[in-house]
Amino acid sequence: MKLSREEVKHLALLARLGLDEDEVERLREQLSNILENFEILQQVDTTDVPPTAHSIALENVLREDEAGPSLPADQILANAPNREDDFFKVRAVLE
Amino acid sequence: MDLCRLTIHEAAQLLKRHEISSVELTQACLDRIKKVDDKVRAFVTVSDALALQQAKEADQRLSQGDGSPLTGIPAVIKDNICTKGIRTTCSSKMLENFIPPYNATVVMRLNACGMVMLGKGNMDEFAMGSSTEHSAFFPSHNPWDLTRVPGGSSGGSTVSVAADEAMYALGSDTGGSIRQPAGFCSVVGLKPTYGRVSRYGLVAFASSLDQIGPLTKDVTDCALVMNAISGHDPRDSTSLPHPPPDYTGSLIPDLRRLRLGVPREYFVEGMQKGVAEAIRSAITKLAELGAEIDWEVSLPSTRYGLAAYYIIAPSEASANLARYDGVKYGFSARVAESMWDAMEKTKQQGFGPEVKRRIMLGTYALSAGYYDAYYLKAQKVRTLIRREFDQAFEKFDALVTPISPTVPFKIGEKVDDPLQMYLSDVCTLPINIAGVPALSVPAGFVEGLPVGMQIIGKPLSEEALLRVAFAYEQATDWHKRRPAL
Repeated sequence: MKLSREEVKHLALLARLGLDEDEVERLREQLSNILENFEILQQVDTTDVPPTAHSIALENVLREDEAGPSLPADQILANAPNREDDFFKVRAVLE
Repeated sequence: MDLCRLTIHEAAQLLKRHEISSVELTQACLDRIKKVDDKVRAFVTVSDALALQQAKEADQRLSQGDGSPLTGIPAVIKDNICTKGIRTTCSSKMLENFIPPYNATVVMRLNACGMVMLGKGNMDEFAMGSSTEHSAFFPSHNPWDLTRVPGGSSGGSTVSVAADEAMYALGSDTGGSIRQPAGFCSVVGLKPTYGRVSRYGLVAFASSLDQIGPLTKDVTDCALVMNAISGHDPRDSTSLPHPPPDYTGSLIPDLRRLRLGVPREYFVEGMQKGVAEAIRSAITKLAELGAEIDWEVSLPSTRYGLAAYYIIAPSEASANLARYDGVKYGFSARVAESMWDAMEKTKQQGFGPEVKRRIMLGTYALSAGYYDAYYLKAQKVRTLIRREFDQAFEKFDALVTPISPTVPFKIGEKVDDPLQMYLSDVCTLPINIAGVPALSVPAGFVEGLPVGMQIIGKPLSEEALLRVAFAYEQATDWHKRRPAL
């Protein structure tokens, strides 16, 4: 599977990952090489094999709907890159 | 007596008899860090003030006769496990200044036992890598040969134990990140059954594969740390409800009536001859100790493990790492034109090359048009790999394999060739895919470099793994050798 520069840029857009031109070229080569090697998976007959998303059988875990203590706002906001009073400050989402 | 060279169980005896204090023990480790960490670079953060304060508290507990085998024992925590008030960076620029407001469950449990925390272990960024060269800060070095890698991604944690800077450490293992560095540095490393140890407070990489586990100087210490960290946690919805046993009960030097299988696919093409010979000789030793060995086991889907893993793990990583948007915590690109621009620049400047590679790989595998061919296919292959393990464990109590096809490689040798780097974990990845437990135990040296033997078991069979490893350890002296630093 050879990727084009455009495909690499499209993937970066989907992941919201900024890349410079050198990174685009390096990733195009490396990802193409990796994906070519992973073609081996297509050799496996998986007819009637169900997929496994988790190695243990997961069940919904429910608890009583009781309010418990939460962390103080100051502790949560202590790591915020940009805050105003008790809020995270973000850029305008709608222009 | 050189206190920092003690194991947990040796130090605990001396502490209990009040022949040494935890403050003395802790100071010995801090002195050792001062002496050798410039060479091996195991630590991202040394929390010496906290360590000495915890040591004083531990001495108080011990003076009242109130303590567990871990009380007052100095440890290192991998830097992707949250520690309240102590920087937790994941060795990434993205979290360089992140100070968690809470402790991971494993840290709470160790604190309750009276842990002394020396600091946080260096790692591959976000636990992605096999050599600890992908740390955004600096590579760690193998104490047996400083020009070589210690393995990854728990390289710093592992080195701190191998270099006698700490008595034990916690690592995390998504595709071999505890066992492979344990093998490369000649210490004991256990990846428990998925769900056996709580992941609450572990920074998520690939959630269906990640598991926290111990890195120790010997098998007895491994059992002691497992006793402290295992068990159900209501804060982790994937945590298993089964109550854990007392793991020290499995430490018996006798393998009679134990059936062990040797899957031939783990002696992969391109494996170093010396490594294969060392492991075969270690398995012969297990037979001498009474185990029945079947050398002709086949797990044919093993050859697809690498490809399946490197589809599944990056897919989960691409979802987990989408949270680093520069708003709530972590690095934030301040010069940007719009909200989307800020998000892209934050990820571009905050993530290193291996993290970007995996986000891109995962995004590809999950994208429309490729989901069936890659992600779904990999999940079906995962079923086949798990089924083969289940079938093998109907016949065998454990499987025995090499931990890595090679001895530790040179720093820089594979860093620009991701596929070659991924191949270093070819013997460990299938275990995470299947969610079963596996342990690495020192099994010899090839030209002065360590070799690790992997022991794999069925879900929740950690006791069987410890029994095999303990019997082997008692019959050999590999674990007693220390690197010259």
